Amino acid sequence: MRFLVKTGAPLLAAALALTACGGTTGGEDEGSGGGAAAEAGTCEDVAIGFFGALTGAAANLGINIRNGVQLAVDQHNEANADCQVTLEEYDSAGDPNQATGLATQAIGDDTVLGVVGPAFSGESNSAGPIFAEGGLPTITASATNPALAENDWDTFHRILGNDASQGPAASSYISEVLQSASVFVVDDASEYGAGLAEIVAQDLGDVVVGTDTIQTGQTDFSATITAIRDSGAEAVFFGGYYAEAGLLVQQMRGAGVQATFVVADGVKDPGFIEAAGDAAEGTIITCPCLPPEEQQEFFTAFEDAFGTAPATYSAEAYDAANVFLEGILEGNTDRESLLTWVNEYEGDGITKPIKFDETGEVADISVWAYKVEGGEIVADQEVEVG
Amino acid sequence: MSFLLNNIVELTVTGLVLGAVYGLVALGYTLVYGVLQLINFAHSEVWMYGSFAAVWVTVALGVAPGGPVLTAIGVLLLALLAAMTVSGGIALLLERVAYRRLLRLEAPKLVALISAIGASFFLAELMGLRDRVVDFFGLRDALDPFVRSARDNTRFLNPLETQGLFSIGRYTVSNVDVIIIVGAILMMVGLDQFIRRTRTGRGIRAVAQDSEAAALMGVNRDRVIRATFLVGGVMAGAAALLYLMRFGVTRWDAGFLLGVKAFTAAVLGGIGNVRGALLGGFVLGLAENYGSALVGSQWRDVVAFLLLVVILLFRPTGLLGESLGRARA
Amino acid sequence: MTDKTTPAGATAARKPAAAQKRRGWDRGALGRRLGALPTPVKVLLMALLVLLLYALPLLDLPILSTPDTDFGAVLFTVASYVLVALGLNVVLGYAGLLDLGYVGFYAVGAYTVAVLGSFQAQLSWWMLIPLAVIITTISGVLLGAPTLRVRGDYLAIVTLGFGEIIRLTALNSAWLGEARGITKIPRPPSLELFEIPNLSWDGFTAFVDLDNTTKFLVFGVADQAPYYWLALTLIFLVLGADRMLRLSRIGRAWEATREDEDAAELMGVPTFRFKLLAFATGAFIGGLSGALFASRQGFINPISFPLLLSILFLAAVVVGGAGNRWGVILGAAVVAYLPERFRGFEEWRLLVFGLALLLLANFRPQGLLPPRRTRRVQAVEEELDALEEGTARA
Repeated sequence: MRFLVKTGAPLLAAALALTACGGTTGGEDEGSGGGAAAEAGTCEDVAIGFFGALTGAAANLGINIRNGVQLAVDQHNEANADCQVTLEEYDSAGDPNQATGLATQAIGDDTVLGVVGPAFSGESNSAGPIFAEGGLPTITASATNPALAENDWDTFHRILGNDASQGPAASSYISEVLQSASVFVVDDASEYGAGLAEIVAQDLGDVVVGTDTIQTGQTDFSATITAIRDSGAEAVFFGGYYAEAGLLVQQMRGAGVQATFVVADGVKDPGFIEAAGDAAEGTIITCPCLPPEEQQEFFTAFEDAFGTAPATYSAEAYDAANVFLEGILEGNTDRESLLTWVNEYEGDGITKPIKFDETGEVADISVWAYKVEGGEIVADQEVEVG
Repeated sequence: MSFLLNNIVELTVTGLVLGAVYGLVALGYTLVYGVLQLINFAHSEVWMYGSFAAVWVTVALGVAPGGPVLTAIGVLLLALLAAMTVSGGIALLLERVAYRRLLRLEAPKLVALISAIGASFFLAELMGLRDRVVDFFGLRDALDPFVRSARDNTRFLNPLETQGLFSIGRYTVSNVDVIIIVGAILMMVGLDQFIRRTRTGRGIRAVAQDSEAAALMGVNRDRVIRATFLVGGVMAGAAALLYLMRFGVTRWDAGFLLGVKAFTAAVLGGIGNVRGALLGGFVLGLAENYGSALVGSQWRDVVAFLLLVVILLFRPTGLLGESLGRARA
Repeated sequence: MTDKTTPAGATAARKPAAAQKRRGWDRGALGRRLGALPTPVKVLLMALLVLLLYALPLLDLPILSTPDTDFGAVLFTVASYVLVALGLNVVLGYAGLLDLGYVGFYAVGAYTVAVLGSFQAQLSWWMLIPLAVIITTISGVLLGAPTLRVRGDYLAIVTLGFGEIIRLTALNSAWLGEARGITKIPRPPSLELFEIPNLSWDGFTAFVDLDNTTKFLVFGVADQAPYYWLALTLIFLVLGADRMLRLSRIGRAWEATREDEDAAELMGVPTFRFKLLAFATGAFIGGLSGALFASRQGFINPISFPLLLSILFLAAVVVGGAGNRWGVILGAAVVAYLPERFRGFEEWRLLVFGLALLLLANFRPQGLLPPRRTRRVQAVEEELDALEEGTARA
């Protein structure tokens, strides 16, 4: 394992240097933020932030994201002795109230040039205007509420597809590939889950034979399962995160309901398989992210660093952090020039080709369907949204 | 409405299963309340530690589901024993650390509540940070299968496969359903007999009625209090195993919501009343299921709490009344 | 079962009191010394203290300030906890009613401002605050009227249920914004009068930072100080009202009800009405704090009002010393401030906080600042104990 990292790091450094070269040629004419910009390849006293829950009920997701960022920063620091970047952690516990103070703190700290986060849409709503006022560029790796991009916060970026782009993909998979004649839609009343389920239910139209809403933290789904069984649905779409998804599918199978279980990226996590076990087999997961074959190097490095496989949003966070790190390495060591850098960024991340449109949404989103087979999440096919 | 009636058997059985777990956890609240008039807020963590003990037993034994039935039963009994021991131990520890000093000082009940809340935070967070604790001692490699992802759900590999036993209408009652409901009733009856017939049980009742008079009559109050916590903890351990058999996973923060529900069940049945706890659990479990079927799962907790308010308005001391502290023939 | 929730505990903690006496620590000494000062000096001291409180976010004092999050925002959080704790103190400390769902009132206040100010109507801020307070008070009466007849700890679980019902209703009603929450909540109207520079610190040397100024009085997005000032002003107003209530016939009626409800009823105190009044007063203050929270935050969603918050509010009141308004202020400051101050503990901070609660409860059971009445009762009891021992020996 150690050997892999040692050989992997220079390779990665080489890859970074290559992309960095590409960046300079493209960015020569910008020059506007150049006053404070340092020489490329060196930097001093710079930091990027992670903003999300590390404690509290949503800590599992937050830790996934933090680890992705951490890995990117560590690899960067190992490869660039002259440009050491520190990682500032802002643990909001997922609470919009704490988010306000932390965001104010972040914009007050001049060394922080970019923030990966905020992790959830709720805290994004609190922190977003503050980041915008402080001119601090943010890239969220997990908040998927479409409305966030419509707020005129010029610092906002999102490195994954929002609910409006994922929802149609999930419903198109259900109607085109699975060709289910009857679908039961469940959501977890969270912003992410409810938003997604609403779009899926709308897209599917008459095929939907029933809906129900569970609560995050709930563990007994017997009433919902009775309703699914009663509706005779061929497929069940669940909008929510992997913790509840694992319990729900496990109890569904336990009760003898064999409907195909379809979920979205919030469930693409080893924790889902961990919780559901064999019941997870055959689950369809849609995700606006490229298959992991192209991320093998990242997988190995991540496992080596944290002892677990990368989980939901870890890879997105890694990509987001790398956008900042490449910019910093390029000499964009103030917020203004780094924001320009992010806005004009074009490159290949491990999850997708990255380029942001003017609202901060990632421009090119391809949604893939994954399938749980033999206890692994494997790529199934790319979903065409018609 | 027709949905409710069409599926009444399924909703009833699954509601009773859930209610049985509520009831067993509620016993811990009810006993401590009956004896000390304290809300033992940290009881949910007692349950949570028991559930992890059961999981770890199956991990240590390397159990795979679907083995021979006798082995499965053996493993389950071992897991039960472990859960009961750990839960009982945590309950005793709680009495020692969070309560004893305050009881000696005759401090206000509310302070004991805060003390218990503090203990509850500590215990839950400790379980959620077990990866960090293990890393700190450098034991990650040795203990990894027990740690897993500390903030995520941990699965219980049930050695006993779920099998349908018999059908009522459209629903097939499974072996797990039967084990949980019958198990809970047996535990409750056993506890009831223990409190009515044994010397310790008499002590518990005596202290519940009038602790000073009991002390004058030679009852060792401290011992009785310890016994109460122990018994409540053991019941929570049993509840933990039954819960895992049905729901299959546990988590560091799974205790909190269950604790609130179980306490509600205890109040519903009449707090301090051992039989009331199980009855309250069943009523609550059924209400949640019927309520979900009628108005949607998102309103289940609202239905449960409204039911509680209505019952308390008409029967201010719960369904069966407070009884632990009341004289009985 | 009689009402055992007597917060300050008539029989509280004899041993520590005795121990203090042995150590010869006279807790009244400072108070007496201050009391002996001439009136102008006292007024001056008070004014200085008040000024210091207002200046806190600008001074950003080292050690006191929070290194890992914005100090102004923490001060606002502390101030809103203080407001809530003062309200809960009326319910719990004065009237002795255990309320585990106090967050419900906080949420009703916040949601009134959000729904009527942004989501369903666009009323002005000046209308919203009184409306929020009125609606919360009504909700307090509506909840209290049926449930206050339930005694003691049953009330705890009923109120807990109320708090959850409010949160779940907000979470599941499209009219209340569901999980998405409500954005663009109106902020208090701003007045741009003058700018005040902030201090910045290098170690223990202070610099006046002319670049970093607070505009008086602009309720913006990033600068939290004006919100803190607003909350602090409200605290002073509530404190004044609190003092008047406490000293009035109502305050005495509450005390009588708390100590022995049956006796109070026999002496002609309509206990139910006074309990309801306490509940409504508590709801009023809780709603005010919630309304303030919403207009500072600009955005609310149901996640902001978890059951856990009720428990933290309760901890604030009990840790500080239920029944003593200065005690609960201190308690609220401890509960809101410590987790933010010690962010350095990172993932361990909730664990440490739990441990701190446990230790505080065990080693300071009467609260950080117990109410004077508790201290009086303690003294009387010690006297009685001494007399009893004396007669036994004789």
